[in-house]
Amino acid sequence: MRFRRYAPIAGLVLFVIALQLALSATGRTYYFTQITMSVYYSLVALGLCLLMGYAGQISLGHAGFFAIGGYTAAFLTTHNLAASGGAVRLLRPLGLLVDRQDLYGNAVVSLSPWLALAIALAITTAVALLVGLPVIRLRGHYLAMATLGFGLIIYRVVLGTPGLGEADGFSDVPPFRLFGWLEVNGRKPFAAQNYYIAWTWVAMVMLLGANLVRSRAGRALRAIHESEEAADALGINVARYKLTVFVLSAWLAALAGVFAAHYRGGIGPSEATAFKSIRYVAIVAAGGMTNLWGALTMGVLLNFLSLRGVFGSYDDAVFGAILIAIMLFAPDGLVRVPRLFRRIRKKLDGSLVA
Amino acid sequence: MCLAFSGGFERNSMDRWLLDTQGLNRFFGGLHAVRDLDLRVAEGHILALIGPNGAGKTTTLNIIAGALKPGSGAVRFQGRPITGWKPHAIAALGIARTFQTTRLFPRMTVAENVQVGRHIRSRAGFLAGMFNLPRTWKEERAIRDSALAILEKLDLAEHAETPAGNLSFGRQRRVEFARALAMEPSLLLLDEPAAGLNIYETGELARLITQIRDWGITVVIVEHDMSLVMEISDVVVVLHEGSILAQGKPAEIQKDSEVIRIYLGEDHA
Repeated sequence: MRFRRYAPIAGLVLFVIALQLALSATGRTYYFTQITMSVYYSLVALGLCLLMGYAGQISLGHAGFFAIGGYTAAFLTTHNLAASGGAVRLLRPLGLLVDRQDLYGNAVVSLSPWLALAIALAITTAVALLVGLPVIRLRGHYLAMATLGFGLIIYRVVLGTPGLGEADGFSDVPPFRLFGWLEVNGRKPFAAQNYYIAWTWVAMVMLLGANLVRSRAGRALRAIHESEEAADALGINVARYKLTVFVLSAWLAALAGVFAAHYRGGIGPSEATAFKSIRYVAIVAAGGMTNLWGALTMGVLLNFLSLRGVFGSYDDAVFGAILIAIMLFAPDGLVRVPRLFRRIRKKLDGSLVA
Repeated sequence: MCLAFSGGFERNSMDRWLLDTQGLNRFFGGLHAVRDLDLRVAEGHILALIGPNGAGKTTTLNIIAGALKPGSGAVRFQGRPITGWKPHAIAALGIARTFQTTRLFPRMTVAENVQVGRHIRSRAGFLAGMFNLPRTWKEERAIRDSALAILEKLDLAEHAETPAGNLSFGRQRRVEFARALAMEPSLLLLDEPAAGLNIYETGELARLITQIRDWGITVVIVEHDMSLVMEISDVVVVLHEGSILAQGKPAEIQKDSEVIRIYLGEDHA
């Protein structure tokens, strides 16, 4: 029982190490950047998988939470506090400030990325509650509508706010020093350790997620997915469970946004578009909805292909097509191949007869 | 002797109702579905709610379970007002229910279905679930054990790992009972449990329900199968147009001329 739960995660760790060694040995370290970014995007997909696959709620605004995380981190860690003496006097003794020099050698004092991370998560919580609370009591796809609206608002806000860089976004986000020599930093010498930092997040989420879905709370979520009425009659506080998992999945998206912004040294409005939100939904669907491993596999694979430019200028169209194809042919996702083939054959047989 | 205490008898007679309603009303548009209903359910009884279609039986059950709000009136459980509470809050008090059309979690296994029934008797939340600390897995083991014990009691143990949706209709209903019993309820509300069952399964159901009463669980049952009702009930309440037409022991109800005229018909006379 316990072995079956943790063995796949041990397998994941071995795979990650093997992949790194293989890429380093063959001199393909340039793949690290795209893999690392794909892994951060997968973190969003994992959160969305908990929400969609296990609680049966759809969010069409997860790119918005990614953007809230990324933009909050970017703004707070680049904003120069040198002019606001009060804040500096208050925060400096607490170790919450970082001194840097900008491109021209001027002294810059900005918030510590740790504090920025905490603030980003706090804002995410508040926004998720604001979006989720009014609609989550209702049955049906009201959350999908609300999050779609929320995502569009976030996109227009980051695009239209001068302090957030408008169409350019941020491109000078400093590295995030975690501890010791470990830092989230996109420069080449840091490539290997960042590959591991990103995968560590995923491994942790997979571990906690594997535990969660087999726990009392996880069963309650699946119960809600299958019959809200019955779950309610068994004493499950349906609204609270749905809201909790919504906030949890928003946190994962924001966390990914924060780390991705530090890793890439910036973030732009393209991260907040509805296309991006739909891409996350397509990934979860391709992974088989109620399947964290599927969401992870598809998240890393499809994002990697996308970042390598395999889909060319049809990038967003490809993800849209994937979503439609999954809904039509493979509601169980792409990772359970035998079942997929059986289903497609049945579909084709059916249409030939008809 | 309780009569020796002034007012003692009075209070006792109030307290012995596990569940009672006062002046319950519920409209659906112009339809007066439940009309000034004073229902009293004694602890340890099987109480059957019968009556023609549209008499307000299921509506009453849904109001008690919190699935519907009453237009006016009150519901009390163990003397405590629960009117207008949410279904999950009412369930947490130990009021379990089944549905007219079985509502299992079809893609979860039979065992998992019953484990969800342990929800109100366990505590681990999201954090505990994610970190799976010793206290949590001890609780988890207790949940598994008691779910399995209930499955054994209801002869479902061999199906524990089957997805509930793959079982036959009669077995699914049995699983729904197991899931409700996992809550260790003090009151069980059954909404037409015999609907769709064959004669053999109905006989099994009758045995199960009397067994449940013998475990100390009070049962309120809405049912159309009159032979089942007359066989197992301690009290029968006949509803007509939302209010009580008659109530009493099965034998009394079967002889009541008004009930026969309105509901039971000639063959039950």
